[in-house]
Amino acid sequence: MASSTLKIFRVNKKLNRSFTVTFLMFVFLALFGAFMALPLVYAVNNAFKPLDELFIFPPRFFVRNPTFDNFFDLVALMGNSWVPLSRYITNTLLITIIGTVGHILLASAAAYPLAKYRFFGSKMIFSVVVLSLMFSPHVTAIPNYMVMSWLGWINTHASIIVPSLAFPLGLFLMKQFMEQIPNALLEAAKIDGANEYRIFWSVVMPNVKPAWLTLMILQFPMLWGTDGGNFIYSENLKTLHYALGQIIQGGIARAGVGAAVALFLMIVPITLFIISQSSVMQTMANSGIKD
Amino acid sequence: MESKPIEHSIEDTDYPKKESKSATFFKELSKNKHYYVLMAPYMIIFLLFTVIPVVISFGLSFSYFNMLEFPRFIGWSNYSRLFLSDDIFSIALKNTFMFAIITGPISYIACFIFAWIINELSPKVRAFMTLVFYAPSISGNVFFIWLIIFSGDSYGYLNGILMKIGIILEPIQWLKDEQYILLVVIIVQLWLSLGAGFLAFIAGLQTIDKSLIEAGAIDGIKNRWQELWFITLPSMRPMLMFGAVMQITQAFAVAEISIALAGFPSVNYAAHTVVTHLMDYGTIRFEMGYASAIATVLFVIMVGTNMVVQKLLRKVGA
Repeated sequence: MASSTLKIFRVNKKLNRSFTVTFLMFVFLALFGAFMALPLVYAVNNAFKPLDELFIFPPRFFVRNPTFDNFFDLVALMGNSWVPLSRYITNTLLITIIGTVGHILLASAAAYPLAKYRFFGSKMIFSVVVLSLMFSPHVTAIPNYMVMSWLGWINTHASIIVPSLAFPLGLFLMKQFMEQIPNALLEAAKIDGANEYRIFWSVVMPNVKPAWLTLMILQFPMLWGTDGGNFIYSENLKTLHYALGQIIQGGIARAGVGAAVALFLMIVPITLFIISQSSVMQTMANSGIKD
Repeated sequence: MESKPIEHSIEDTDYPKKESKSATFFKELSKNKHYYVLMAPYMIIFLLFTVIPVVISFGLSFSYFNMLEFPRFIGWSNYSRLFLSDDIFSIALKNTFMFAIITGPISYIACFIFAWIINELSPKVRAFMTLVFYAPSISGNVFFIWLIIFSGDSYGYLNGILMKIGIILEPIQWLKDEQYILLVVIIVQLWLSLGAGFLAFIAGLQTIDKSLIEAGAIDGIKNRWQELWFITLPSMRPMLMFGAVMQITQAFAVAEISIALAGFPSVNYAAHTVVTHLMDYGTIRFEMGYASAIATVLFVIMVGTNMVVQKLLRKVGA
């Protein structure tokens, strides 16, 4: 136990920590790690539980006889419903993919001039973006609805996708990351005769790939988990998360099916994070708000 | 390494001296037009859905508006009603500050402590632990799992366990009993709160210049606490400020979790927050002027707290 505990930690030669402190830190991290992970582990287990294990007293954490019944039930249930499951999945994918890719493109295009040039309004624009990080979207919910209805976007996917394209966090992180592209690279491209758009597309964009993934990991879960809010009321435009809500409201008999949908909803963003983790960390190193 | 922005200031260029100020200004604009074109798509959407709504909301807060008739100017009366005669709002305000005062600092400190310990781990374990701590905040809306854990009957996990080991005899209505609702929402909120700020801290810790730590050891840094205060915290001050913005904004915006766990409205408004109050008037009662006043108050609280904390953080280790 002792040696394995010590191996987990990086060896720090400068300031040696006593064994007790190391051990306490390990226990501390393990305890809170369990608090963070258990609900998710439980969600995974639930999706594979047969109905009799879902309602057992005292409740059991881990699944005994794993089964795929919940997933088959889900397909059967949704096969009979008015709007097929594939429709909800398509809607969610459509919103998430257009919203995420569009956000990365638009935020990068706006971040490049802000990161690399000083021109009239550049400082003020960036201050407004930082200011908008300081309040949540709830503040603008009511006027947003009015703007949407004025644009005639109520009950369209555009009402979810378009505002998400300009979330301030993405522009902020992208700008901070772009600042470290060497100016010499841009100057060289300019001497070669490239215009600003060309420079942005062929020089800047390939250099900020880690930041694309970071914007993706921040944007994707938000859109993936959207239930359409107040903007979408047609059943065939609703999202998967909305369908999950409906299934769970079906009551106790739907608990297993609900767990299956929940697993699907949760596994996708987590997998994306696992894939993109190292790039994300690279970008976040530049995330600071400077004086 | 951060490179300096390329200056395109007016001084660098040789304009004829007689040109008027506005002419140079327009030349400057047209010289930089490509930058404005690049920023335009983002900025139009940003203006339309973030900047203009804040302004509209502020304007509407001085009016009576029900979406059918044209807004009617009524001065400060929305605000006086809000603060003087709306008892539910004072409950909402009290709950929001309770959430913010508890979850804000705890989640911020937790982000830092976990990041600090995780940073001491070997790379593979570090990547795994980062995933474990970060996963809840991106796992979408899996927080309904907590509904099962805190379920009010004996099938709820917490009740089941407590009854099995004999601490309680009867199941506790965690989400219906005013005594517990706030606590449960706080716990789930904390569970979800290790987000972008947490990642920024881990990344920030990894980029601290090692030579600074060595120099510190020579200069007489004796223990890890001194190292933390004099070297680590000041070198990652920008990330600390970014993390603070993320956590504060999140801490004041508690709503979806409260609604999912405690219902809307919650029992005796025990988990009612400023945001759920806003939703009540904005999406159910359609008193848009009044709801805008609530939104404006929320805006002032969030931005005000952020500004104050930014000021305080500038002093860390300085």
